Amino acid sequence: MEERVTKVSIVISKGGLDGVYPGLIMANGARMEGIEANLFFTFFGLDAIIRKRMGKIKIATVGNPGMHMPTLLGAIPGMSAMATSMMKKTMDKLDIPPVPEFIEMVHDAGAKLYACKATVDMFKLKKEDFCPQVEAVINVGKFYEISAGGHIIFT
Amino acid sequence: MPQKQYGNASVEVDAEGFLTNPAEWTREVAAAIAKEEGIADLLPAHWKVIEYMQKEFKETGQAPTIRRINKTGVVSTKELYELFPGGPAKKAAKIAGLKKPEGCV
Repeated sequence: MEERVTKVSIVISKGGLDGVYPGLIMANGARMEGIEANLFFTFFGLDAIIRKRMGKIKIATVGNPGMHMPTLLGAIPGMSAMATSMMKKTMDKLDIPPVPEFIEMVHDAGAKLYACKATVDMFKLKKEDFCPQVEAVINVGKFYEISAGGHIIFT
Repeated sequence: MPQKQYGNASVEVDAEGFLTNPAEWTREVAAAIAKEEGIADLLPAHWKVIEYMQKEFKETGQAPTIRRINKTGVVSTKELYELFPGGPAKKAAKIAGLKKPEGCV
């Protein structure tokens, strides 16, 4: 029998709903299988754990080829908000929670959440800017230390 | 389909040990599966989850998600992970005699 995955460390580096959700679903799914999971938020991915921003994450309708929407149409005011609200409704039916609830859920499931020090310094953020589920602000070296013996997934 | 013996009961299971016929489920079978899954005793909180899952399954044809179990106030997510360590949705479904959950969350 092949060796089981027992530990994953997932990097969430992109902002926007499509940037944040895949990593959250993978981390939560790992915990559901009894796999140890760490989440490392960096660059715009950090929005998902910033208190003031986590509830306002949208899907980009401009510059997002996955949306199959002409640029000018996507640029109409309110278009991104509308696409976001439609997507959220669909996700809610599938029991995929909004970002703040998802962060709470994955944390309650036992995943550990970390913020990237380089980004925190760059954006001049403080520990208080983050939601309480964040364990610590750590540098890359510490991330590798924490990830030892598991798989690293970059999203 | 393979048969599995739990005490005096012989039940039909799939390749991963999930019951294929919910009618063959009994509380004794549940306790025996739980033991196999590393849960020595099923406490009242376990039964609360198991009974809720069976009720939901009867109504919707699917085992409820962890989020739903939390939101409906059965037990919190944290508690659920403590009750069924190492894979709560899957383990609880197995003990409840339901098929393996198919969703991603």
